[in-house]
Amino acid sequence: MPRIRTSYLVASLLAFFLLIFLIVPVGKVIYVAFQDSSTGALTLVNFVDFFKTSLFRESFFNSLYVAGMSVLIASLIALPLAYFTSRFNFGGSILIQTLGIIPLIMPPFVGAVAMQLFFGSNGSINLLLDQWFGINIPFMKGLNGVILVESIHYFPFILINLSAALNNIDRSMEEAAQNLGSSGIRLFRKIVFPLAMPGYLAGAALVFLKAFDDLGTPLLLNVNNMLAPQAYLRISSIGISDPMGYVISVILVVFSLFALWVSMLASRGKDYSGGGKGVSGLLKRDMRGWQKAGAYCLIIFLLLLVLSPHISLVLLSFGTIWSYSVLPDAYTMAHYVEVFGTTREYITNTLLYAGLAASFDVAFSVAIAYVVLRTKVIGRQWLDYIATGALAVPGVVLGIGYLRTFNDFNVPIIDKPLASWWVIIVVALAIRRLPYALRACTAALHQVSVSLEEAAENLGAGKTATVRKIVVPLMAGGIVAGFVTSFATAAVELSATLMLVTAESDAPLAYGIYVFMQSAAGRGPGAALGLIAVVVVAFGSYLAHHFIERNKRMQATLTG
Amino acid sequence: MLLRKNYRKMTGRFVLSVGILTCLALPAWALEKDLTVVTSYPKDLTTAFKQAFEKQNPGVKVEMLKKKTTAGVKYIQETASNNSSDLFWASAPDAFEVLKGDGLLAKYTVKAVGIPDLIGSYPINDPDGYYKGFAGSGYGMMWNTRYLKAKKIPAPKEWNDLAKAVYHGHTGMSAPSRSGTTHLTVETILQGEGWENGWKLLKEIGGNFHTVTERSFGVPDGVNSGQFGVGIVIDFFGLSSMASGFPVDFVYPTVTTLVPANIAIVKNSPHPEAAAAFIEFLLSEAGQEMLLDPKIRRLPVRPETYAKAPKDFPNPFIDKTIGAKVKFDVVKSKDRYNLVNSMFDVMITYRLDDLREATKAVQDAEKAMAGKSNAEAEKLVAEARALIAVLPIDENKSLDNEFSAIFKKKRKKATDKVTGRQAEVEQQWDTMVKSNYAEAIKLAKKAKSML
Repeated sequence: MPRIRTSYLVASLLAFFLLIFLIVPVGKVIYVAFQDSSTGALTLVNFVDFFKTSLFRESFFNSLYVAGMSVLIASLIALPLAYFTSRFNFGGSILIQTLGIIPLIMPPFVGAVAMQLFFGSNGSINLLLDQWFGINIPFMKGLNGVILVESIHYFPFILINLSAALNNIDRSMEEAAQNLGSSGIRLFRKIVFPLAMPGYLAGAALVFLKAFDDLGTPLLLNVNNMLAPQAYLRISSIGISDPMGYVISVILVVFSLFALWVSMLASRGKDYSGGGKGVSGLLKRDMRGWQKAGAYCLIIFLLLLVLSPHISLVLLSFGTIWSYSVLPDAYTMAHYVEVFGTTREYITNTLLYAGLAASFDVAFSVAIAYVVLRTKVIGRQWLDYIATGALAVPGVVLGIGYLRTFNDFNVPIIDKPLASWWVIIVVALAIRRLPYALRACTAALHQVSVSLEEAAENLGAGKTATVRKIVVPLMAGGIVAGFVTSFATAAVELSATLMLVTAESDAPLAYGIYVFMQSAAGRGPGAALGLIAVVVVAFGSYLAHHFIERNKRMQATLTG
Repeated sequence: MLLRKNYRKMTGRFVLSVGILTCLALPAWALEKDLTVVTSYPKDLTTAFKQAFEKQNPGVKVEMLKKKTTAGVKYIQETASNNSSDLFWASAPDAFEVLKGDGLLAKYTVKAVGIPDLIGSYPINDPDGYYKGFAGSGYGMMWNTRYLKAKKIPAPKEWNDLAKAVYHGHTGMSAPSRSGTTHLTVETILQGEGWENGWKLLKEIGGNFHTVTERSFGVPDGVNSGQFGVGIVIDFFGLSSMASGFPVDFVYPTVTTLVPANIAIVKNSPHPEAAAAFIEFLLSEAGQEMLLDPKIRRLPVRPETYAKAPKDFPNPFIDKTIGAKVKFDVVKSKDRYNLVNSMFDVMITYRLDDLREATKAVQDAEKAMAGKSNAEAEKLVAEARALIAVLPIDENKSLDNEFSAIFKKKRKKATDKVTGRQAEVEQQWDTMVKSNYAEAIKLAKKAKSML
């Protein structure tokens, strides 16, 4: 039974890696949650405290509400963009899809300042509204603010995964439906949308989990009564080891897994795979004049909405002083001149770290998805659950866990603790962004029909050859989606990185932005650095996209 | 464990062989050519000192590792078994206290002479000899001039001003649990005004907050961008924002607090000589003069340095209103450190919406009452104010070591026993505070309806 042995070997390798770099370090930090603070004995009393405290119950429901609403709003933004660009012949489809991922690249701190300057209670929009109509809309206040920012920030998860799924639908299905007389909305509702469901669910699950676990957004809006900020504020206070922070972390992880499990139930027992015989991707149609105009208006409106933080970031990076006014007082290049000398190292490090982390994530995700969906390894689902659980682990917890676990382990040759070697930053980024790639790859594999693999094997191809020549090429869309999301978000990660950076020469862009944003004079240069990060990462993602698409086309011509 | 030992043995051998090879291959090199400083200070300050120190000591390369104070403390704690940091350089004395308590700092006796014992009423150096003060900073208020002008709000002068109705929703501050320097300000108000009155004032000011920021720099950032009008900040935040061109202004209230900024050598520092040299440089006349730079702006601990300061530079060694009115009791502050933080968070940070609403209701009722006389309404409003001010514990309880131990949670030995859990206590406080605020809203609204 060599085949079964191989699948067990792969599965145990994956499990081993997750054990060393996720479970052990995190466990070393959060075991406090299960410890009686006075005796040190094992106990669940801290969890009883959690459910007894009205503040925590309130936080739990707030987080749940925000996550649900964010999925709704994010879907409203993503659906039209994905639909129009994959369904119709549309000038600038690629541009729209590329612009669509930029909101994911929100540099730390400066992104927050830019948003406040634009949407805040005294931001540009409200100042204008006040001048013209004497009204003030609290976009950024309380939970509504969190929902707005989360949806704008994370809707690309849905856009990318849904677009990948739409482009993967077997055209013959659609043709068959048309031949049977179905068209328009009915065709979309009955054929297209159900077939794209794995992609949509993968994206929606990510938005839900991310909004549920996200720390940065509530902190930037100073909303404290949600779970993630409650955990963070308690963990990062000086010198306190209040177990409640860790209790909340455990609850975040458990609930995230629960939500994931529910979303899996929804897609269980359905076959989304196409025969893969025909050309994949929907038939593209032309739109009539007024339809086209309407579609363009909608898309431009949506793009302006989701890119407004970045537009504001551009203004901030070129502006001199921007304070309680609609636009900056004057414009200058000085901020770019100031960061010019320091950026090269930051950019190289960022591209290196995020690139390595995302490549690793994709390889790992394909392996996990394959083991989970195609083998019969006992307990295989847990690989998926555990890897996705990383989403709910706060960056600080992972950072502290790595310091605690790997500081005593010296890496041979360079003779430095593993915890202070730059590679550990890559590992941390990879673990933190693994869930993104994993959801995308799992959804992609859902759409690949098993019969193709069986055919290949019947023709004598080995398992490895089948995976390499059949499975991976057919998953290409999902792999690109996974790479791009992991890469773009890893490039602006800060919380774990800040813990692990041990020398300025090893630091990525996010750290550079943090350093600038510590002083009043650093805001402009920080914004300039933030914008550079956005441009570099967007360009990197575009190249990755382009490269893989070209490969795909080359393969198509070779085989076709 | 076995695995780890094997690793160590293996790496040990490996290190040895690599070490021998390196020695053979390279010429002898100076022992201390590196210095690693873990610091929470901004670039403006660290770069200036790095360059000056490297110039004075050619051959030494300084690595400034910038981490938030909390992250810096955790970093030093977690890497202690294989330490690579030489100095810890930050403001908050409590962060140093934590490291000292964990035995992670090394004692050092300063060679420089001419530095007094006190700045304001605060001791400059750690009495146990672990960390040294190198500068002071005062607390005050900064405001956005465009904001105040547009909203027709007067500039504040004293802490009490911020409790006035005109500032409702226009002020901001950081939480003491998030920022050690903010903690000192809160503790100074509590010691200066007394436990009951101090908290009453803090809640009145807190009831006007637009926001409580997560990090101390969030306050100047919010004022600079005009998110809110007035912020309670440490002086260099206000002054450096002005220097950067933002339309802001800063003032010290008559009773301000002074907080020292510190430096300490980390235990088992790999480069103790370079570390000591850096401390001496910081305290030397040349080093102290650098603090006067407008981008750095901290109060030197050498009295003679003030002779070179610009005209309006505050001098705490002459001007006794700065931080001298309150006789700061360090022991008291230390004993109830976490307890005060927790109280602030339970009563103000986490219940900000409720507190704000209650404060607004009282302010509205008072506004309606102005010029009228209605004994019953006045009584209701007074009751509402009293309800907002109610504290879950009195000062004696706050100084009861057995009680405050619940908040420390640092068991030194497995046999140490603490009764009660922080979450349990906070939950009782939260229930009490929430219902009091709700009741106050009811009373104030009732009073208003009577007018």
